[in-house]
Amino acid sequence: MNLMTGTAAKQHFALFARHPHLAYLDNAASTQTPQAVVGAMASYYTGYRANIHRGVYELSALATGRYENARGALARFINASADEIIFTSGTTAGLNWLALRLTQKFTSRDNVVLTRLEHHANLVPWQQAAKERGFSLRFVELTPGYEIDLASARTLIDENTKVVGFALVSNTLGTISPARELIALAHERGALTIVDAAQAAAHLPLDVRDLEADFVAFSGHKMYGPTGSGVLFGRREHLRRLEPLFYGGEMVSHVTYETAEWAGIPERFEAGTPAIAEAIGLGAAAEFITGLDLAAIRAHETRLTEYALEKVGKEVKIIGPADISRRTGVVSFVIKGAHPHDIADILDKHGVVVRAGHHCTMPLMRYLGLTGATRASLGVYSTAEDIDRLVEGVRYAKKVLCA
Amino acid sequence: MRLELPHSEIEAVYKEMILELFRHPLNKKIPKRYDVKRRGLNPSCGDEIEVMIAWEEGKLSDIGHQGQGCAISQAAASLITDYVKGKTATEILSITNTDMINMLGIPVSYTRIKCALLCLSTIQDALT
Repeated sequence: MNLMTGTAAKQHFALFARHPHLAYLDNAASTQTPQAVVGAMASYYTGYRANIHRGVYELSALATGRYENARGALARFINASADEIIFTSGTTAGLNWLALRLTQKFTSRDNVVLTRLEHHANLVPWQQAAKERGFSLRFVELTPGYEIDLASARTLIDENTKVVGFALVSNTLGTISPARELIALAHERGALTIVDAAQAAAHLPLDVRDLEADFVAFSGHKMYGPTGSGVLFGRREHLRRLEPLFYGGEMVSHVTYETAEWAGIPERFEAGTPAIAEAIGLGAAAEFITGLDLAAIRAHETRLTEYALEKVGKEVKIIGPADISRRTGVVSFVIKGAHPHDIADILDKHGVVVRAGHHCTMPLMRYLGLTGATRASLGVYSTAEDIDRLVEGVRYAKKVLCA
Repeated sequence: MRLELPHSEIEAVYKEMILELFRHPLNKKIPKRYDVKRRGLNPSCGDEIEVMIAWEEGKLSDIGHQGQGCAISQAAASLITDYVKGKTATEILSITNTDMINMLGIPVSYTRIKCALLCLSTIQDALT
């Protein structure tokens, strides 16, 4: 047992010193920031702030070194090479870039396979690209138990499938996708695979080599890192033949008035001055998670999820898998006769912070026959007491709304 | 974030009148005859409302609304649909957001303003 999870983890987060009674259960939307991350960013601003990759002076060299160290930390975090790590502003940016650039030569014969549970960020960019290029979108169905239906995936992924993209963990259901199986199916048909790991990065060990994924995107602010930071991993052989999305400084090796040559990877994908402090902060976040041990975090959150499903499950209808090994600590629920907005509002007044609504998965809500749900989502600092407070708040909300 | 508030503050928002209108909304119907129909969406929660309006001699003679929503949006829809009856388009367009919130008579937080105003803005949309 790791002694750094739960209450012990709260000491790393200044916010909990200020709000000791806050039950923060909206970690799927954004996690809190530990002092190690705040400190790493502050030390850039106060100790060695300079632009990177250009100054000949010592300060710039120091900043460049720390920025590239952060890239190295992220590479270790997901078992990639540093040149396969592109810093982005978040998962959304990475997925948009892929939807634009991978589909450039797609025709009306081609298709892209997604799943029914995708976040808008892994749906809308593909919709827009499909409208422009004429390829079709297919959606892998879910089982009645809120899991990815592999039989459906087998029928949908065919020789015309060019990309298979899916969330590793559903931000609404907590479902863990059968990533290995989906990736194997895609690769058998020669399709590229894109994994939206936004809801996985802080909660499940992630090894891109083991997964054999072609691209993986995730966000800093959902893994105890800064907002506006994120990573797009791409296998080296793919990155070498992909066009940049943006053009400008830092991404070129030689420029004339007529033409330009691109720098190597990953520099060619990071035009302009990047979010330097945020990248350094994200590197610190990856080290923070590794320091606490992701396997221990997963064990802690699994125990708590089990507790939450049992306790909250007595009061509400849970919308997500029952099998604890197939889900994370994203616990969505509905109460008959009570609107999610009202439930979340009443919980907030009890010091319990949850999310209400469609969770950026409007089509999934409709697919499930729901207009919305209330979602409690766990983090490394979550405790059984937080869950007890949630249950107490839910009981009170039911009393007020369902009387 | 309003931490650790006493239950009395919760009751200030979810007071009996609001809850009564949530459970038994007024004018939640499809009028037998109507001239305009308009849909409104609250993008923050995905709630949808549809209002149907009938006119007679330059005045709103009947109105109905359909859709699902939270307690605040349902109470607001009940109150505003009653309030606009018998009024001219000019009168209805001059109803302000503050008027709507005053009608509810409860503290409406920043995140719930859209819920409170959805029906009013949909009605006003239908008139323009």
